[in-house]
Amino acid sequence: MVALSESPVSPGVKMLTRGVDVFYDDKQALDGINLDIEEQRVTALIGPSGCGKSTFLRCLNRMNDVIENCRVEGIVTLDGANIYDRDVDVVELRARVGMVFQKPNPFPKSIYDNVAYGPRIHGMVTGRADLDEIVMTSLDKAGLLKEVQDRLQEPGTGLSGGQQQRLCIARAIAVNPEIILMDEPCSALDPIATARIEELIDELRENFTIVIVTHNMQQAARVSQTTAFFHLGELVEVGATEDIFTNPTDERTQGYITGRFG
Amino acid sequence: MPSKHIVSSYDEDLTRLNDMIVRMGGLAESQIAQAIEALVKRDSDLAKQVIAGDNRVDNLEREVDELTVRLFALRQPMAGDLRNIVAALKISSDLERIADYATNMAKRSIALNQNPPVKPLHTIPRMGSMVQGMIRDVLDAYVERDHEKAIDVWHRDEEVDEMYISLFRELLTYMMEDPRVITPCTHLLFVAKNIERIGDHATNISETIHFLIYGTVLADERPKPDRESYAFMHPEEDK
Repeated sequence: MVALSESPVSPGVKMLTRGVDVFYDDKQALDGINLDIEEQRVTALIGPSGCGKSTFLRCLNRMNDVIENCRVEGIVTLDGANIYDRDVDVVELRARVGMVFQKPNPFPKSIYDNVAYGPRIHGMVTGRADLDEIVMTSLDKAGLLKEVQDRLQEPGTGLSGGQQQRLCIARAIAVNPEIILMDEPCSALDPIATARIEELIDELRENFTIVIVTHNMQQAARVSQTTAFFHLGELVEVGATEDIFTNPTDERTQGYITGRFG
Repeated sequence: MPSKHIVSSYDEDLTRLNDMIVRMGGLAESQIAQAIEALVKRDSDLAKQVIAGDNRVDNLEREVDELTVRLFALRQPMAGDLRNIVAALKISSDLERIADYATNMAKRSIALNQNPPVKPLHTIPRMGSMVQGMIRDVLDAYVERDHEKAIDVWHRDEEVDEMYISLFRELLTYMMEDPRVITPCTHLLFVAKNIERIGDHATNISETIHFLIYGTVLADERPKPDRESYAFMHPEEDK
């Protein structure tokens, strides 16, 4: 276990991990990950399949808790407080650290209810007007409002893939999170829908801290300010995105991003 | 580069690009050598061959341009590959300029042959063989990704600059002594300036090799000759 006092939190660091190990049964998936996630920046996690980047992402809002044979060790802090402390309310944590998944997964409910769901269960609203306000702003922030404002009562599942993904983003931001985790949010979308999401990510950065897992290196290069490269459960290299893509220091990073091993 | 790409045609393209640069370099180097030889031997036929040969370098530059644009568009190069391709693009434009200077020298040597020889030429062939050596070594440095060799070339340019300045003074003296030699001396001065510029392009290539290897810009300022040593005037410093 790493003592938190040994790693002073620098200003602007929203989340911090120290010595994070993850095991699935006896198999170690992550080995001693130390990473600072800076506020209002997009951090991209890249690496070959099975390198542990999604596992790491799920550590940040304790999504691994729901996987039975999964064990997480080490420290993960949000604003300086360890999120794995016993007294942490996981539901509240996940409201602060929202998540968007690879495949758009709207609830089989209306567009309106998809977005209203979070604020309702978290008791964030007092009346209908309040809720309307949150739903509209969230849809607007997710760049979807114009396309759906006349059919808010239609099912969310009837939207196109790209719209569904933006609906999921609207749903995530409706509970006013501080951090949004995105696991391959564009891998099921066409290039135009992808570009919309990327544009959206850039806008969301003003109000949120974003961590994105992506297999598409051009995407990491386009949307992120910081890039972290994972390989075989290890964090190999982290740095300014520009540096990682023009002049990486580690041979393995170089090999991966130039397409020399997979 | 440590190993091969998973997509092997990418490697083939990169190798081809590399070969094109080496071929351009070889051509540029021999253009310089022949231009100097034409000048020293007052051989107008050889000078014409040099002038005619320039389009081979131009064509290669166009091919390099096309291939690099294609690589950018189709492969989205990253990291070492990105630097490799950017470097090839920059080096090819330096080599193209170098060959242009050789052509210009050849043209001037034809003009010089219309006049009686000025004085035995010593400094110009010496400068010529010096920059020729720089081009050869900087190309070796490119092929071998040899940083030390590239930096050595970078430093050698200082000597070329110094020789240029002393030749500049010498030619001015001749022209003052005898106004009839102004025409040939002016041509010779331009020839010397061309050689000096070739040296500058060789240092550009050194700097590109530094970027290629380390991904950073070469920070040091190369020592420049003292401006005050231009005894008679301050010619425009275009470096």
